[in-house]
Amino acid sequence: MISRADARLGVMAATVAAIILVVSTILAAGGYNAPHALSALWDGAFGSVYAVLSATLVRATPLMFVGLAVGLAFRAGVLNIGAEGQLLAGAAAAVAVGLAVHGLPRVVALPLVLAAGSLAGAAWAGVAGWLKLRFGVLEVISTLMLNFVATYLVSWLVRGPLQEPTRVYPQTVELSATVRLPQLIDGHRVHFGFVLAVGLAVAVWWILARTAAGFRIRAIGAGPSAAQSAGGIDPSRTAIVVFLFSGALAGLGGASEATGVTFALYEGLSPGYGYSAIAVALLARLHPLGIILSALLFGALEAGAAAMQRDANVPSVLAVVVEAMLVLGVLAFNRVRSSGRQA
Amino acid sequence: MSSVVGEFLQASVRTATPLALAAYGELVAERAGVINLGLEGAMIAGAFGALVGAGAGGAGAGFLVAVLAGAATAALMAMVVVWLRADAVIAGTAVTLLALGLTGTLYRALYGVQGAALSVPTIAPILVPGVSQLPLLGRVLFEQPVVTYALYVVAAGLWWWMTRTHGGLALRAVGERPVAAAAAGISPVRVRAWALVFGGAMGGLAGGVLVLAQVGTFAEGMSAGRGFIAIAIVVLGRWSPAGVAGAALLFGAASQLQYVFQSLGWPVPYQLFLALPYVLTLLVLAGTQRRNAAPAALGIALTEEAR
Amino acid sequence: MELLAGPNGAVSEHALSLRAIDKRFGSVQALAGASLTVRRGTLHAVLGENGAGKTTLMRIAFGLMRPDAGDIAIDDTRVVLTSSRDAIDRGLGMVHQHFTLVDAMTTTENIALGGHGRYALRDMAARVRSLAERTGLAVDPDTRVATLGVGAQQRVEILKALSRNARTLILDEPTAVLTPRESDELFQWLRRFVADGGTAVLVTHKLQEALTIADDVTVLRRGRGVLTARAASLDLASLVRAVTGDERAESGSALPRRAGGHENVVAHLVAASARDPRGVLRLREASMECFAGEIVGIAGIEGSGVHELLRLLAGRLAPSDGVVTLPQSIGFIPEDRLRDAIIEDFTLTENIALRGAAARRGRMAWSALAAEAAGVLHRHDVRAPSPATRAGALSGGNQQKFVVGRELDDHPALVVAENPVRGLDVRATEHVLRELMASADSGSSVALYSADIDELLPLANRMIVVFAGGVREVPVDRSAVANALVGVA
Repeated sequence: MISRADARLGVMAATVAAIILVVSTILAAGGYNAPHALSALWDGAFGSVYAVLSATLVRATPLMFVGLAVGLAFRAGVLNIGAEGQLLAGAAAAVAVGLAVHGLPRVVALPLVLAAGSLAGAAWAGVAGWLKLRFGVLEVISTLMLNFVATYLVSWLVRGPLQEPTRVYPQTVELSATVRLPQLIDGHRVHFGFVLAVGLAVAVWWILARTAAGFRIRAIGAGPSAAQSAGGIDPSRTAIVVFLFSGALAGLGGASEATGVTFALYEGLSPGYGYSAIAVALLARLHPLGIILSALLFGALEAGAAAMQRDANVPSVLAVVVEAMLVLGVLAFNRVRSSGRQA
Repeated sequence: MSSVVGEFLQASVRTATPLALAAYGELVAERAGVINLGLEGAMIAGAFGALVGAGAGGAGAGFLVAVLAGAATAALMAMVVVWLRADAVIAGTAVTLLALGLTGTLYRALYGVQGAALSVPTIAPILVPGVSQLPLLGRVLFEQPVVTYALYVVAAGLWWWMTRTHGGLALRAVGERPVAAAAAGISPVRVRAWALVFGGAMGGLAGGVLVLAQVGTFAEGMSAGRGFIAIAIVVLGRWSPAGVAGAALLFGAASQLQYVFQSLGWPVPYQLFLALPYVLTLLVLAGTQRRNAAPAALGIALTEEAR
Repeated sequence: MELLAGPNGAVSEHALSLRAIDKRFGSVQALAGASLTVRRGTLHAVLGENGAGKTTLMRIAFGLMRPDAGDIAIDDTRVVLTSSRDAIDRGLGMVHQHFTLVDAMTTTENIALGGHGRYALRDMAARVRSLAERTGLAVDPDTRVATLGVGAQQRVEILKALSRNARTLILDEPTAVLTPRESDELFQWLRRFVADGGTAVLVTHKLQEALTIADDVTVLRRGRGVLTARAASLDLASLVRAVTGDERAESGSALPRRAGGHENVVAHLVAASARDPRGVLRLREASMECFAGEIVGIAGIEGSGVHELLRLLAGRLAPSDGVVTLPQSIGFIPEDRLRDAIIEDFTLTENIALRGAAARRGRMAWSALAAEAAGVLHRHDVRAPSPATRAGALSGGNQQKFVVGRELDDHPALVVAENPVRGLDVRATEHVLRELMASADSGSSVALYSADIDELLPLANRMIVVFAGGVREVPVDRSAVANALVGVA
């Protein structure tokens, strides 16, 4: 009999081996120079100060926000597939408010903009939460629908009311400096949003681990019936609060992207962050501090992949393959872990 | 005026075809109680498979490979759900990500420089003699690519199978009350796994339609969320074969409506129409809570005794 | 008649016989040498209290379980059953206590479920109609099962069995959920079925009914057959004696009988009614009181409303009518420990924190909670490495001792315990019962439910029996309680 610990180690090793196998097969099939490609990947993620500060950390930031959003929700048993839409709602609100309040001093305007983004994200999630509470609508389906609505909403905004004055490009004017997130280090793109994300991750971790409210959230996710029966906790009330916070986190992520990287609203602002977030959260097994690391890993992968495409012509979407395989590895790992449960 | 309407309807049916094919696949999965988020992955896999197959042996081979690719994707998801006991939502998301990544990577890797679109000839519409002479609907329904006619056959066949065979009865039982199905000697796990594979095959076929009957080439992520739209269609169609057809047409029409309005000179934002079916779906879900048409065991994992 | 003869046309003498069946579940010996012989063409009642082993024996007969020892013979032919399919192929049919019907489907579809190939709606409906006519069970093939009443649903279940050519029907507690009139209709039908050559095995609590309609009777007690006789040769009194047992119950622990309780009323119900999760009214206008310092034993069979009463007392269920007055602090030990009492993935410290979780504010005092958990582990001899251990890693007995400690250690005014020692070994059982007694001694009011009345009787100061939604206090006496459980005055 293999011990559980050995089995878990085996799964991790098998996952890594499988990833290496798949990646090398693809590289070989495409006739690429594997060492060249892999070194380009590494350089793109960690190879230089620029890589780290302007690529990896920048890409990791939105993933951290939405990863937290999804992780928190899943922790409470709320299947929030709508982080994508909540992020877009947040970005849209941030830009709209940012364009309106740019005359105010930054210390007032910027928090206002970020708050608007959070509220918009919370509201977007709140629609699905209310539908679940009031009508019992499965949140998997409703959040998915709302993602599409958010995409079209953004499309309308940037081609309509918020479009730049020349009416040529489907985007807004750029945000003025007073509503942009400050850069952390001169000359590099990493912005205050990164700090905010890390801070929030720590905060969420602390809330879940150390506070009564966080305990209740974990309880309804881990054992809804016992939470209700032994703890007197009302699962649906707790769930809707979590839903709102989850949406707020995603919305803030959108606001952070809009005010820290893109400085405008346009279509395609999110290359599927909301869905990658599920992978980010799962890889960290829903632990907030772990999400910091998995977001960094994914950010590094994507930064490296972009460089790999630029320098070695290897398609950058290979990173997504690695990400998906990591998730499958985690699922296998979880299976091994739960199979060891005693009767 | 009627030619505008006629063309609009014809285009709607054409656009609705891949949506309906994918939705029928999703219908079978959901009637068995599984929400198949891997359908998007099956579709993109099918699209890529169509490209590969068509390059090797023409449109027929293209469709065949598309179906197989879609089924393989779904089989992977079924294995993850059954063996790893993973939640279907998570398994579906992982498989979709994998498929999106693999197809995008392989496309570039195998077909060379990015930007150069590799094209395959798209299949032309076929006019069915006789029926296509019917006023208005004739040309709308019967001057379509052959895949649309395949869709009609699938829709009818699926309706017949679900209501007139024991297999269809077993499927519905698994989606409503797995314990009752198990008591009658049916294996809910097996039924759900096969339902997923069928769903994937249909999704793959839909992806093939995108490449071989519409766009003529492959592009990264070209499924553009249609796999998720299929889920909306099943809900809006209230889990019935006839409803799915209608809902798919609605979604197809919504995307074509913008052109009608443009030609009429009405300045309504087209995004409104594109968003409308989704909002409608939400309203339907909320409004029919009492007479809920969803399979009772939808989205609920199987207990030990009901495996 | 052709429906009911055997495969080679012959008619056997014994439709079903089980000999010397043993079955053990973990530490519980459910059946010990139990035997049952059912003559063909008779209605045979199998009687016994909760936990006597009736359902287990029938599930073995139907192939749902394998016995540890013993033989099974169907139609006088020895068989080994690997699944219920085997039993069905040999002409057995079983109607379970909890129906396995698909609500959203019609009667016909439910009966047809499990077949192969083409399914012709009209043909199938016609076959159901003719089967219904032939067997005299009134059903409408086209109605959705969800709209049918319980009696009608049961008829569908019976038809399901008959449509697979069952010659011997086993019915497990069929009248538990029926109205008296529906029960009468069922019994009339059963007698006709038997007169036409069928065989029926009726598992039931209801002694009077058994005497009235059965040809033969077998009584099980504690996993053994204690009586097999022609019904005509028995009277109710002797049957009650056989079922409940004459001798003093040996519960295996010498716990002293308790003195009476105090005057203070800790909790009371006034004309309280309650519904189960499906909305069915289970408890009708129940009134009772719980006094400080006493143990009130609560008994009731499945479906009597006893679970709803317990949940009302524990404050886990709101009454649909009437008034329920409860104290602030309540300790609740639910029956389904893994679902309702602990979270397996949480540590023991976190599980301690569950109690009162809804009212906690601000920061969690984890070190204090860990110390509390350690205290519980120590005081109740819970075998666990530390408070940081996952609750799921503990054995069932230790989990239960932990739950008891958590709920009782802060001396709540009211304790509600639902089958607290089910499945526990002797030591754990003694510990839990001692704790409950100590709780009462220190002034709490303890409401103790057990499916085994021999557990309750030595401990209870008063006995409350729930039957058919009504609540009655009865003397703390075995036959009084046993009679009240089955509705015998």
